[in-house]
Amino acid sequence: MDALDVQRTIRRLARQIIESINSDDEVAIVGLHRRGVYLGARLQSLILELEGISVPLGTLDITMYRDDFRSGLKERKIRSTNIPFDVNHRHLVLVDDVLYTGRTVRAAMDAVTDLGRPARMQFLTLIDREHRELPIRADMIGRVVPTISREEVMVQFNEIDDRDGVWLVEREQ
Amino acid sequence: MEATTVKSGSKVLRHKHLLGLSTYSVEEISLILETAKEFRQILERPIKRVPTLRGFTIVNLFFEPSTRTRISFELAEKRLSADLINFGGTGSSLSKGETLRDTAQNIEAMKVDMAVIRHQSPGAAHFLTRCIKGSVINAGDGSHEHPTQALIDLLTISEHYQSFSGLNVSIIGDIAHSRVARSNIFALNKLGAHVTVCGPKTLMPAQIEKLGVNVTHRLEDALDVCDVAITLRIQRERFGASLVPSLREYHAMYGLTSDHLERNQNLIVLHPGPVNRGVELDDDVVEHERAVILDQVTNGVAIRMAVIYLLAS
Repeated sequence: MDALDVQRTIRRLARQIIESINSDDEVAIVGLHRRGVYLGARLQSLILELEGISVPLGTLDITMYRDDFRSGLKERKIRSTNIPFDVNHRHLVLVDDVLYTGRTVRAAMDAVTDLGRPARMQFLTLIDREHRELPIRADMIGRVVPTISREEVMVQFNEIDDRDGVWLVEREQ
Repeated sequence: MEATTVKSGSKVLRHKHLLGLSTYSVEEISLILETAKEFRQILERPIKRVPTLRGFTIVNLFFEPSTRTRISFELAEKRLSADLINFGGTGSSLSKGETLRDTAQNIEAMKVDMAVIRHQSPGAAHFLTRCIKGSVINAGDGSHEHPTQALIDLLTISEHYQSFSGLNVSIIGDIAHSRVARSNIFALNKLGAHVTVCGPKTLMPAQIEKLGVNVTHRLEDALDVCDVAITLRIQRERFGASLVPSLREYHAMYGLTSDHLERNQNLIVLHPGPVNRGVELDDDVVEHERAVILDQVTNGVAIRMAVIYLLAS
């Protein structure tokens, strides 16, 4: 996907969020580190632009909730979790760039549950690359990309990579 | 296809153990401090616990009396959902004459993943690394090092000052017997701070200036230009009465009073606790808004969570 494809898709996803909002809902977006945070920020500003609705944005680091912690992480750095609103009774839209095994989403749900009890949680992903290992699905999907496990989906955003785009990369063995 | 990876400092510790800060790099120290800041946020939440170390077992070996360090480690371990075992000096096999090596080997046989040790002998933590497979954290070994306390001091200072570079820090009191002083000197020097040590000659180790610090015996010289004063506890249990004439005289020469805080309006005061009120610090200094002693205690849990988290594997 090139830059234009990515931007178009994000635009559609923003409309889907707007569509899913019930009038009495208090919606908030929670971006998962790292690229979900940038995706979340874009969705937030698009929703404001398209509907004039201002939706609060939070960021979530799930490192401490991972189930593979003891099998050794390459990276131990914890990024900031910053949820500047009360999650109780909220309609939360969790946002990440790629949905793969579903383990990240599982960890994110646990992390949010420790902060309170949202009325509803939804999950939005830019790319669904399949191969789920847990009974988890996305509510809003940018594009489904069937992959094999040797491949990797690389999502890049202007904000940190200086360009927008999605590439399928063969993993180096 | 070119790789576009973003490098942002160190992400893992190179060390398996935390025995002292003398061998830790600036990047590793910074990683611990950054991680601790995130853990501080967790301590503000309604559920102050993360499931990270479920099934991970830590043994706390405290061969020396300790209240706040032990509680702080215990709390940090519980907040990370680790299982913990406490092993104290009195009422245990130690009072039956068991050696450190045998104790360690027995604990190893019980399959623990990490050990935290406080011991009266310098090098005890290092010795333990040879007896057990897991990581070892030094919670104070004699007058050698007390790395987590120094990290706490660094985190507390960083809440008041943007950068350590060029910061003037004075360490006041019993330098000779203080493991806190040594760990702080190592770390602060690496981070680019200017360290001055101040205390009576009898409590000042010979050739301390070789560690890269200024030495003074006059409290006013240490306080008037500094940004941070780290005061140390007079450890009555560690030396006979002969090193200082009396606690009252020590207070007259080296005790901080509210006058010192008046004269230097930037000064913040740290103390590792427990404070001997009226000896190292006057009552009104302990209660002063620029005395950050209780912040150090809160930061203690966060630092210990960060260290345990980063060393666990």
